[in-house]
Amino acid sequence: MPKDLVSIKDISKEETEAIIDTSLSFKDVLRRDIKKVPALRGKTVVNLFFEPSTRTKTSFELAEKRLSLDVINFAVSSSSVVKGESLLDTVRTIESYGIDYLVIRHASSGVPHFIARQTRASVVNAGDGINEHPTQAFLDAVTMKEKKGGIKGLEVAIVGDILHSRVARSNVDCLTKLGAHVRLVGPPTLMPLNPPEGVKVYYDMNEGIKGVDVVMMLRIQLERQGKSFFPSTKEFFKYWGLSAERLLLADKDALVMHPGPMNRGIEIASDVADCPQSVILEQVTNGIAVRMAVIYMLQG
Amino acid sequence: MGKGFFCEIMSKELLNKQDIERILSRIAHEIIEKNKGPEKLGLVGIQRGGVHLAHRLAARIDTIEHVSVPVGSLDISLYRDDISLRKKHPIVRKTDIPFDISEKVIILVDDVLFTGRSIRAALDALMDFGRPAQIQLAVLIDRGHRELPIRADYVGKNIPTARNENIEVQLEEESVEEKVVLISGE
Repeated sequence: MPKDLVSIKDISKEETEAIIDTSLSFKDVLRRDIKKVPALRGKTVVNLFFEPSTRTKTSFELAEKRLSLDVINFAVSSSSVVKGESLLDTVRTIESYGIDYLVIRHASSGVPHFIARQTRASVVNAGDGINEHPTQAFLDAVTMKEKKGGIKGLEVAIVGDILHSRVARSNVDCLTKLGAHVRLVGPPTLMPLNPPEGVKVYYDMNEGIKGVDVVMMLRIQLERQGKSFFPSTKEFFKYWGLSAERLLLADKDALVMHPGPMNRGIEIASDVADCPQSVILEQVTNGIAVRMAVIYMLQG
Repeated sequence: MGKGFFCEIMSKELLNKQDIERILSRIAHEIIEKNKGPEKLGLVGIQRGGVHLAHRLAARIDTIEHVSVPVGSLDISLYRDDISLRKKHPIVRKTDIPFDISEKVIILVDDVLFTGRSIRAALDALMDFGRPAQIQLAVLIDRGHRELPIRADYVGKNIPTARNENIEVQLEEESVEEKVVLISGE
């Protein structure tokens, strides 16, 4: 394993499989009465979130505490960054505290890559702009492996706002590496100009989810969209939303996934989000195990 | 192997399959005798060799006493004391203890007892699962060189070794010919 996890592209197929298997071992730890192991006792992690996040930050923090790390949350809104300190100076200051791991979320793509080159600490990318969200891709893979027995040969449809989605980007890379067939489904305005190689693009949702094993819905990221990419949320749901009726087009045992937070009634119908095929809450639980595995496996 | 004349690898067979089976039969009897029956027992094997040995001991106890003793497996990698000394962290294998260890007499099973550090880690890991009435230790080989005040309650065979030598326990559950070998030289 490398020192950092900044891009899923740096992780080989074998390493990806090792991360998935180790995550399943850590999931067992989370089922015990005492959910904490002393693995990284005496080491320190700083969570540096330049972008609002509740669930990813909570998930990382819980994972870190379960590994017995000392956790510091660097709240950016109340820090020197607002006083004009540069990103590099912030990182150097934090590094001088003597830390071992740095978990970073930033609204600009590439920031974790930049920081990883500047610090001896292991850097974990917790989402950079519209670029990548590697731990989300691993937790989705763990959920699929657990529910479907394996990933090779699965038909996976990723639906919705592909253009602004770092979740989609990381998932495409991770899933194709593991031998799944990925379909990107969405309106042309929310589809990247050059879709990654090896994936099929569908502009018709009914066509796109026909017979698939996994329907992965993405959140409509209204905060990242400068202009209108579709006329109204109502119309979006009509054409691209996952309704109970539409779900019947997928395989009868198809999994319904969503990285959260969900916009009920916009990209996913409320009853579908809560149906037996939905593994959305399972994804949340797996997120903690995956983040434990990643931090544990990075080479210090 | 590309090794020079002066650092030849020597390997010597210490136990064969039959020896190992006789040892396990003896230890099974000792466990039953010492605990006045198998009723309160639970067996926990340390990954990986110890897990196979724990299952075999359980089968023997069942044959002798007609009581099935619960068996669990324990992975100690998250409890090791050398994690910060290693570049690469050990692979985390399955821990599965399908019974409540509280109030039970737990027989911890490992293949080789060496520095005692794995046993220290295993004791810490076990304590996170409950509060056993007692923990006893059974090992196939005791090769000496303890670094902690730990001793085994049941020993298959004491084998004096040099520090740079290595003991390899090969069990047929791992699809290899069953034997214990002493490997010396670099």
